[in-house]
Amino acid sequence: MYQYTEFDQQFIQARAAQYRDQLTRNLAGSLADDEFRPLRLQNGWYIQRYAPMLRVAVPYGELNSAQLRVLAQIAQDYDTPSPELLATAQATQDKIGHAPAPKLTTNYGHFTTRQNVQFNWIPLDKSADVMDLLASVNLHGIQTSGNCIRNITSDELVGIAVDEEIDARPYAEVLRQWSTLHPEFAYLPRKFKIAITGAREDRAAILWHDIGLRLIHNDAGDVGFRVFVGGGMGRTPVIGTQIREFLPWNQIINYLEAVVRVYNGWGRRDNIYKARIKILVKAEGQRYFDEVEAEYQRILTSGAHHTIPQAELDRVSACFVAPQAKPALSSADQAKIEADLQAAAAQNPELGRWLQQNVHAHKNPQLRAVSLSFKRLGLAPGDATAEQLNAAAQLADTYSLGEVRVSHDQNLLLPWVSIDQLQNLWRDARAAGFARPNLRLLSDMIACPGGDYCALANARSIPVAAAITERFQDLDELFDLGEIDLHISGCINSCGHHHSGHIGILGVDKDGQEWYQVTLGGSDGSALSGAAKPGKVVGPSFAADEVVDVIEAVLDVYKDQRQPSETFIDALQRVGFDAFKTAANAARHTTARAAA
Amino acid sequence: MSLNILTSHTDADSAHALNLPNDADAHSVALDGVTRIDLTFPKFTDGRAFSQAFVLRRRGFAGDIRAHGDVLIDQLLQMQRSGFSSAVLREGQDAAHGAKLLTHYNGFYQGDAVNAEPLFKKAAA
Repeated sequence: MYQYTEFDQQFIQARAAQYRDQLTRNLAGSLADDEFRPLRLQNGWYIQRYAPMLRVAVPYGELNSAQLRVLAQIAQDYDTPSPELLATAQATQDKIGHAPAPKLTTNYGHFTTRQNVQFNWIPLDKSADVMDLLASVNLHGIQTSGNCIRNITSDELVGIAVDEEIDARPYAEVLRQWSTLHPEFAYLPRKFKIAITGAREDRAAILWHDIGLRLIHNDAGDVGFRVFVGGGMGRTPVIGTQIREFLPWNQIINYLEAVVRVYNGWGRRDNIYKARIKILVKAEGQRYFDEVEAEYQRILTSGAHHTIPQAELDRVSACFVAPQAKPALSSADQAKIEADLQAAAAQNPELGRWLQQNVHAHKNPQLRAVSLSFKRLGLAPGDATAEQLNAAAQLADTYSLGEVRVSHDQNLLLPWVSIDQLQNLWRDARAAGFARPNLRLLSDMIACPGGDYCALANARSIPVAAAITERFQDLDELFDLGEIDLHISGCINSCGHHHSGHIGILGVDKDGQEWYQVTLGGSDGSALSGAAKPGKVVGPSFAADEVVDVIEAVLDVYKDQRQPSETFIDALQRVGFDAFKTAANAARHTTARAAA
Repeated sequence: MSLNILTSHTDADSAHALNLPNDADAHSVALDGVTRIDLTFPKFTDGRAFSQAFVLRRRGFAGDIRAHGDVLIDQLLQMQRSGFSSAVLREGQDAAHGAKLLTHYNGFYQGDAVNAEPLFKKAAA
């Protein structure tokens, strides 16, 4: 992991102190709420339905166990509403919809699709204390919200994936530093998200980002970036367009400076729904590309100050040297361990399923990456209680050199597990409740916090996720259905990435009631899902109590029509959208009556 | 060079001041004889003038670049780093506190209009 220098540490502490001054002035009345708002947002503090929400930055998803324990401490000590607030919030939630609302939970963290961690109940007057606590382990909420360059995300297998050409972490770290408190780019037209990968498969959904970066070698063997611009979700889903086929690695900051500077000047500021760079790229096309190129040339001829020196790349890269497995295994030992694992898996199908779904190949053949599943009955997708955060930290210390990754799919990943420790890890992860072998299966769904917490949401996500999880509990059935991306967003802001789900569910609000639009055939750009694209809407919105039946109907079409070993998304592509759409609409009961 | 924080807009050299709108192209505007350029923040969250100031400094403009409009003390540091040399505060702002905020950080990662070199170049030097 990146080792924070004295400068880095002091910088985060200074940021926490700056925030405390702003909060103090706001609470004293000398900094108006509207003027405090962008300042707190750029430190990760939202004001939500019932309480503030804090989004903690996890740069490219890497956390150490000390940081995880501080997140647990925040969940334990600060993520607590007063009994009165909790009672009021619960009473309000109980009035939504026809079924009783799920019980609101407290004292937990939530992993997001952009590898960050959120809390939902911290009182604002405690927020500066929390920032100090975070700073004590080099954590912060810098630019996790607001119209600025957000946390830079990557593949959860960055640095360890077998299909990785170039480790993206040193570049992501250099870009993190460049984008942090950039004076010119703090008040862009809209939020600005960058994702980066150096693997052949795109596991970072880079084409869904404002800027997507793919590290590649050119024909001469030099390292550089393929640059995509103008991807994004929201009201108008757009896939990023290639703006540069190959940019030498050391020019990336100079080039991004040009991309963002032109956007800052040209992006729309009259309409929040048309302010993202995707709209500018759609509207101006080549003219925007030409201006970026012209500005890049001006940057180069006026000093190219942000050309990255090899020495700086080397300094940062030294933090990411892969640890050696100790003691190194002989090939005979390795073969024996693998044979033992296979034998144990044959004896115990649950272990076998876990090895198949939750354990991933590693660059180092003596190591594996292991996913801890946070998708299970009784807790919202990606939620982790204080106890669970501490338990995950313990597993990281015991099995993964103290490191974890937050995944795009809202789980945790242990990146440095020795193969001879897999059975012990399985036993311990199982005891902690993290060993459900459902990675990439239907119940490993993505969901935002939705209308239970979020002020923007039109509808709740968590009860829908819970209903689907409950209906599809049987592991035999989940394995039979195979790998399916199910994504749920509570509103068109698309935090739950519904556009890129094979099955997408979007909460909408009509006449104060919750409704859900269903899309099919979306892709995040991974090998399983195919080229990145948004799903297609199957028809008018469904009532809340119809959603699970619609999912089941769609899956029944798959089961009827699939060919041997054909995945859901492949069957959907081959059979065509209409058969699935017809089945989805035939599952209406409430809305069919309303329409009649 | 520290930002000159002004609480009211009273000065003598307006005759040589150029008022550059937010949608004007800072790359091409004529600067001959101009001693001051006025840039506007229609709202404090509208950041176009930061880029305009940066571009003007890069072109070598050495006169005064002045911030007008919705100028609040919490954005003064960004203004200074982007190339502004003076700022006329919106009414009701605490100028003394604003001056203090300018010195809050010991340094920054990226280069800016005042210090063009980023931290990684300084560390290497």
